[in-house]
Amino acid sequence: MALLEVENLRTDFTTDQGTVYAVRDVSFSIEQGEALGIVGESGSGKSQTMYSIIGLLADNGIVTANKIVFDGQDIVPGNFANKKAYENTMKDIRGNSMAMIFQDPMTFLNPIMKIGAQLTEPIMNHNKVTEKEAHELALELMRKVGIPSPEKRINQYPFEFSGGMRQRIIIAIALANNPKLIIADEPTTALDVTIQAQVLELIDELKKNSGSSVIMITHDLGVVAKLCDRIAIMYGGKIVEIGTDKEIFYDPKHPYTKGLLNCIANPDDDDDKDLEPIAGSPPDLLNPPKGCPFVDRCPDALRVCKEYQPDATKFSDTHQCSCWLHYEKAVKE
Amino acid sequence: MSEKPILSVRNLKTYFDVTKGLFSKKQIVKAVDDVSFDVLENETFGLVGESGCGKTTLGRTIVKLYEPEAGSIEFMGTDIAHLKGAELKSFRKDMQMIFQDPYASLNPRMTVGEIIKEPMIIHNIYNTDQEREERVVELLRIVGLKPDHIRRYPAEFSGGQRQRIGIARALAVNPKFIVCDEPISALDVSIQAQVINLLKNIQKEMGLSYLFIAHDLSMVKHISDRIGVMYLGHMVEMGKSDDVYHRPLHPYTTALLSAIPIPDPDTAKTKQRILLEGEIPSPINPPAGCPFSTRCPKASERCRKEMPQPIEVGGRMVACHLYER
Repeated sequence: MALLEVENLRTDFTTDQGTVYAVRDVSFSIEQGEALGIVGESGSGKSQTMYSIIGLLADNGIVTANKIVFDGQDIVPGNFANKKAYENTMKDIRGNSMAMIFQDPMTFLNPIMKIGAQLTEPIMNHNKVTEKEAHELALELMRKVGIPSPEKRINQYPFEFSGGMRQRIIIAIALANNPKLIIADEPTTALDVTIQAQVLELIDELKKNSGSSVIMITHDLGVVAKLCDRIAIMYGGKIVEIGTDKEIFYDPKHPYTKGLLNCIANPDDDDDKDLEPIAGSPPDLLNPPKGCPFVDRCPDALRVCKEYQPDATKFSDTHQCSCWLHYEKAVKE
Repeated sequence: MSEKPILSVRNLKTYFDVTKGLFSKKQIVKAVDDVSFDVLENETFGLVGESGCGKTTLGRTIVKLYEPEAGSIEFMGTDIAHLKGAELKSFRKDMQMIFQDPYASLNPRMTVGEIIKEPMIIHNIYNTDQEREERVVELLRIVGLKPDHIRRYPAEFSGGQRQRIGIARALAVNPKFIVCDEPISALDVSIQAQVINLLKNIQKEMGLSYLFIAHDLSMVKHISDRIGVMYLGHMVEMGKSDDVYHRPLHPYTTALLSAIPIPDPDTAKTKQRILLEGEIPSPINPPAGCPFSTRCPKASERCRKEMPQPIEVGGRMVACHLYER
C-alpha cells in the first residue's frame, strides 16, 4: 500500500480579485522509501499542493479532494467533523510521521530561541521523554546532520549559524521523530553551489539510511536528477507528466517537459547550440485556460487543446502524460 | 571577437570600512583584493563565485558605483578609476548595467517609456522628445516587447518582461559595454533561456561586450567566451570557458564544478563529487596565505603562509602554489 495517496486534490484561494485556482485535480501517490520530485515554475502550484496535504495553507485557501490517505489515515479536511478535529489530527502528524523542510531557514527558525530548544521541542511534543533525554537526542541529531562540536553549538542562537548550517538544523528538526515522509520545499535554493552539494548529499544519505520517503519540491532539474526516483512535472496547477527519472529525462512526452529540458544548459554538453526557450509566460490561475494550461505556449497546439482538458495517456506502469498530441484521433482532425 | 581589450582592470582593490563604534579596532572588508583581468571587444567575460566572493562588488566598482581603494580601470583607453563628475559621466554613456532584481531596479511610479527615456535625457543624446519616443519604440521591439507597452507601469509586467525593460534601458544610450549582474537568477527556468538568447542576439547585432556575473555555472559556461573564478575577493583562475570547465586547474574551481547538479539522472546519481569541508571564511579576517587554504584538500604548509601569485599555465591564469615550479 502506498504511504501517501492523493486523488483529485483541488486548492482554491479566495482573493479580492476573485478565486485563484492554484491546484487543479492533482493525483499522485508515493511508496515507502521512495523519493518523488515535484518540478514546476513559480505559480505552478507545486508548493500549494504540499501545503494542502500537510495542512499549512493560508487562511483563504480551500482544499477539496476525493482522497488524501497518509499511512492508512484519511486526512481530507472535509471528512473531519470540524476544523478543530482536523487541526488536532494534523498537529499529531506534523513534525512526527510527516515533516517538512523549508526553503528559507532563517524564517523557519525562531531567532530568539536557542537551537537546542528548537530541536527538543518536536521531540518532547510527540514523545514521553525527560528534558535530559531530549537534550541527548538533540545532540545525536546534530551529529547525524554533520554539525561540528554540537555540545557547543546547541546553546547558540540561529544567527550564529551560517546558511548551510541553519539548513542542517532544519533537517535535524525534521528528522527528530523519524518521519515516514519528509517534504522538502526548495531546500537548497537559498544556498551556494558547494554548500548545496553538501546538503543534497546529506539528504540522499539520510534517505538511504532511514527508509523515509521524500517529496522534493523544486524548480531545479539538476536537483531532482540527483535525488529522485520519480518525477512529477507541474504546470498551471496540474501535473502534466509523471514518470521515473529516466522516463522524464530521456523520454519526455509532454511538450512542456520537452521545452524545460531544452532550455536548461548542461555544462557537459560542449556544442554552443542555442538554448530553445519556451515562448510566452505561464497562465494566470485567476482565469485558468479552459483547455490545456500549456496551450498558449505550446508549439504543437491543436484546435482541441484550447477547448478541452486532455486526459492522461499511459505509456508504462509508471509513466503518464496529459496531452492531446498522444490521442490519435485528436491529431488526425 | 577581437584581441583588443575594451576594459583592462589592473590590481583593483575595493575595501569597505565596517568598524563598529568610534573606539573599536578598525575592521576592513577586502571585498575585491588585487584583481586584474581584461574584457575584449565583442567578448562575454563570465565572472563566477559563491555569495560573498566579491563578484558583484567588482562589477559595481567597474561601473563606478563604488569607489576603488587602489588599482586602475582602463576603459577604452582611459583610466576611469579615479574620475569624477562630468568626466566620469561621459564614460557612463558607454558603460551600462543590468541588475539582478527586476522588481527593485525599476521605479514603480514611472511608465516604461519614462524609464527607458531617462538615460537618454541625462546623456542628452536626442534633441526632441519625439526622437526619443521613436527610439523607445524601437528598443521595445528589439527586446521583444510591444510598442503599446510604453505607457504602462512596471507592476503590469512579469519578471521576465521587467528584465527586458531593464535591458532596453541599458541599451538606450548605445553603450559598448554592459555589466550584467545576475540578470537571470530571479527568473523562472523557461524565462531564463529567453533572456539569455536575447542578450546573445543583441550582442551579435550591436557588437557589445559583456561582463556577465552569475552563480549559475551552467548558464555562465553557455554564454561566456572566457571565465574568471573568484574566491574571497581574489581571482583564482581565469581562462577560456571550455578549458576552465573541462580541465580546471585550481582546486576551488575543480570543487565548484563538481558541485553543479547535472540535469541527467544517470550522471547525477553515479558521479563522485568532491565535497568541500566547511564554508567560506569571513572576508573581515581572511586567512593568511592562500584564501582557499582553509578548505583546500591539497593545501600544504606553504599555502597557509604565503599568498600565491597569479601565474600563466597553458594559456590561462591560475593563482595556486601547486602550479609553481
